[in-house]
Amino acid sequence: MYEIGRNSDSWQEKFFRINFSYVFLIILLAGIGTLTLYSAANGNWEPWALRHISRFILAFVLMFVMALVDMRYYYKWAYVFYFVTLLMLVAVEVTGHVGMGAQRWINFGLFKVQPSELMKIGMVLFMARYFSSMSIQGIQSIRGIIIPAVLIVLPVALIILEPDLGTALMVLSTATMMLFAVGVQIWKFVLVGIIGAASLPIAWNFLHEYQQNRVLTFLNPERDPLGAGYHIIQSKIAFGSGGVFGKGFLHGTQTHLNFLPEKHTDFIFTMLSEEFGMLGSLTVVFINLLLIIIGYVFAYRTRNYFAKLTIIGLNTNYFLYVFINIAMVMGLLPVVGVPLPLISYGGTVMFSIMVSFGIILCMSINRQNSTGFEE
Amino acid sequence: MSSYDYNSEKNRVLGRRVAFLILLNLVAFAVIVARLYFLQIYEADKYRTMSEENRISTRFLVPPRGVVYDRNGIIIAKNEQDFRALLIAEQAPDIEQTLKNFEQIIPLTPDEEKKIRADIKNKRNFIPVKLKDNLSWDEVSKILLHAPDLAGVEIDEGLSRQYPYGDLYAHVLGYVGPVSEADKKSNPLYMVPGFKIGKSGLERYYDYKLQGSGGTVKLEVNAYGRVMKEIERDAGKQGDSITISIDSRLQKEAYEAFGEESGAAVVLDVRTGEILALVSKPGFDPNLFTNGISYKNWNELLNNERTPLIDKAVSGQYSPGSTFKIVVALAALESGVINMGTRFYCNGAMEVGSSRFHCWKHSGHGSLNVVEALKYSCDIFFYETAMRVGIDKIHDMAVKLGLGTFLEIGLDNEKSGLIPSKSWKKARYGTQWTQGDSANSGIGQGYVLVTPLQLVTMLARVVNGGYKIKPTFIKPTAKELANIERLDISTKNIELVKEGMFEVVNGIGGTAGRAKFNINGAKMGGKTGTTQVRRISMKERQSGIIRDENLPWKLRNHAWFMGFTPVDNPRYAVAVIVEHGSSGSGVAAPIASKILQEALKLDIK
Repeated sequence: MYEIGRNSDSWQEKFFRINFSYVFLIILLAGIGTLTLYSAANGNWEPWALRHISRFILAFVLMFVMALVDMRYYYKWAYVFYFVTLLMLVAVEVTGHVGMGAQRWINFGLFKVQPSELMKIGMVLFMARYFSSMSIQGIQSIRGIIIPAVLIVLPVALIILEPDLGTALMVLSTATMMLFAVGVQIWKFVLVGIIGAASLPIAWNFLHEYQQNRVLTFLNPERDPLGAGYHIIQSKIAFGSGGVFGKGFLHGTQTHLNFLPEKHTDFIFTMLSEEFGMLGSLTVVFINLLLIIIGYVFAYRTRNYFAKLTIIGLNTNYFLYVFINIAMVMGLLPVVGVPLPLISYGGTVMFSIMVSFGIILCMSINRQNSTGFEE
Repeated sequence: MSSYDYNSEKNRVLGRRVAFLILLNLVAFAVIVARLYFLQIYEADKYRTMSEENRISTRFLVPPRGVVYDRNGIIIAKNEQDFRALLIAEQAPDIEQTLKNFEQIIPLTPDEEKKIRADIKNKRNFIPVKLKDNLSWDEVSKILLHAPDLAGVEIDEGLSRQYPYGDLYAHVLGYVGPVSEADKKSNPLYMVPGFKIGKSGLERYYDYKLQGSGGTVKLEVNAYGRVMKEIERDAGKQGDSITISIDSRLQKEAYEAFGEESGAAVVLDVRTGEILALVSKPGFDPNLFTNGISYKNWNELLNNERTPLIDKAVSGQYSPGSTFKIVVALAALESGVINMGTRFYCNGAMEVGSSRFHCWKHSGHGSLNVVEALKYSCDIFFYETAMRVGIDKIHDMAVKLGLGTFLEIGLDNEKSGLIPSKSWKKARYGTQWTQGDSANSGIGQGYVLVTPLQLVTMLARVVNGGYKIKPTFIKPTAKELANIERLDISTKNIELVKEGMFEVVNGIGGTAGRAKFNINGAKMGGKTGTTQVRRISMKERQSGIIRDENLPWKLRNHAWFMGFTPVDNPRYAVAVIVEHGSSGSGVAAPIASKILQEALKLDIK
């Protein structure tokens, strides 16, 4: 049950098992992000590009640390991590009320933490551990999914109240896809979907008016034609006018003349597509697709259920980032404030995504069949 | 669990479900790629255009209007720099707020505000709308000081039309004014605020030439409308300048010669037809019109009984009175009805049909020939002559000399005058031409109407020896001069009427004796005319005709004089009408004499 020989791999051995194509693709995306941010500041390293690359280097180190940690620690600490994160979400909600306004951060002095961001990882680890030790019969029983259902709804509700609908939907979607992956019956999703739709009006009344307004604008950007609607039109113009070959590095008129909003964060993919054209946008899309596919290959190769499920969860989370961001700037989804990992400026997402890459790598280099705690 | 069991139910389910998730991811990426294709290839052209529209703001540049010079190269219409405040709607995030702030600095009348709002609504949002023009330096600096509160407001240095001579050239040059709403559609240039077009006079006639062609400037603007850089500039082309034949010194003399009288005078170079002076009194200041005349000023001009807005030189139609006797004499001489020896007896009145026709001299002139009849302006002689020669021959001669025709010098509302004929009367009134009509026409009364321009043209064509010059503001070319047509009038007869006109001024007892001069041997010839504005009744004739001075101004006689100089080798001809001036010899002749003397002294090139 506890295989000593396999467990005692030195960190050097593990290091050379890391898939370096995967790492290379990550570096490539961060490099593209840095260049684009350099252009976003009209050809300046300040204020974004330099900090972006510095953060990336820091997070890159962190990724290796996370990768080389013994996999069993993730298993061991999964529940603790989840509940600590949940507590932080409650804390954020409480201080948010006290501070009269949207509150997403907890300040630890040296650094600030966004619990909703941690919950994306916490949820995956929790679900992976929970289902790894459960039989298929247990998974497909009602009793078996009551606990996960409660522990999904609780953080999602708290994140909605922050309010951060984008993150809440991402956590919910990731968890749902994991439930789907482990084999929860389709009819249960359908049933929950119907009940959820039916109870929406009741939930609605629990929301503050400003929260209701946010949701309404989220659902219908035309409510705010000079805001979100204007932005999406300008974003589409930037895409289209970039054409196949783009307007050239530093020559995107939509961005440099400020027609495009949030060009360094949520709309960075638009800027990139304007300056580098379809060649640039397709390159970024395919690098991301490749990352995700390699992630699934990792999941396939690993011989541990917990590791498989963790990779699938984190990979799904990454996929949602990429898809929601690109779809929203192209006008396929409402603008919900989801950044493009590794390219958009912003520390929190950079660190959380690099941590999850680290965990994926850790799972991928693991050769244990067991996590050592399974019954 | 010693090894991963691929065949366990739990793991097989996971494998199946994950395969489905991978498929979902692939579909999602396919959607992204399809959308990229749609935006960046399929609809790229549309978005490229929209991007350029975002980026580039095109503004029109108003070309400077062509300058107008007089014959000596003196500027009589030019462009002066002025400042105006414009609003570019696309650059004002909150138009209402900008307008409110602007009004606190520069007050606007309700009318102005209404027009601004209409303009903002009607114009494309990158076309500047005029807020206020003719700003003083003080106002300009105030606006610049408050620039942060006036998003979208710009100060534009523009050019406005200036007429240095003011009312002196009012009727010749006319004026420019804002483009009317109806005209705006015809030319994009007309939409530019501050653009002016010729509204009357030569400004209108030569408008196309004077306008020039508009330039454009393409500017790169950012999302807030701030101009980032100039991409392209086409400066346009200034309108062509024109030089007109008028001599400003003579124009001034002619204008001032009228004093307080109203009327008109036209001076021609009889050899070329060049108009050396053309005035209509009273005038108005065309500078008032440049930026849109005020309601008050406009009403004053409109309601003035002396009609300053009407160019009496080309639009005023008057009975020519005795000046017409030149035409009658020539018609009779040319047709052989009379010759230089033919004499008629004047005893002050004569019977024509059932009416009694009077000579202006009640005691009569006795027996006179054509030269004497012109000299004394005997009416009886010309009643008789006109009846003998017949209206149609008079009509032909008048038209040949330019009366009753459009001379087309380019001024507005040029009138044709009226030279009656038998067929005209038949068509107009359906009645037969009578001997009385002929007699009346013989002294330039009745139906006959002429404009001062026509009268001077007639005189010029006679005294230049019968050359059909055309009055013009533009110096004819040598070729045009060589091709001037010679009218079919014998020199002998022309000399005869010229002799008559010489006697009018220089002969003892001539009607315009007081106006005569001799400048280095150059003398004046001419003909007076006094035309009734009211009808004198039989009763009044018996009780004694009321003296003109005792009548209201509106009922007094019009006074004519047409003259030329030098008599030996005529160069200048003038026609002067003084509206309600009472007497051709007393009022009009001295004015004409002054003008011609000035012309001689000026040595006009």
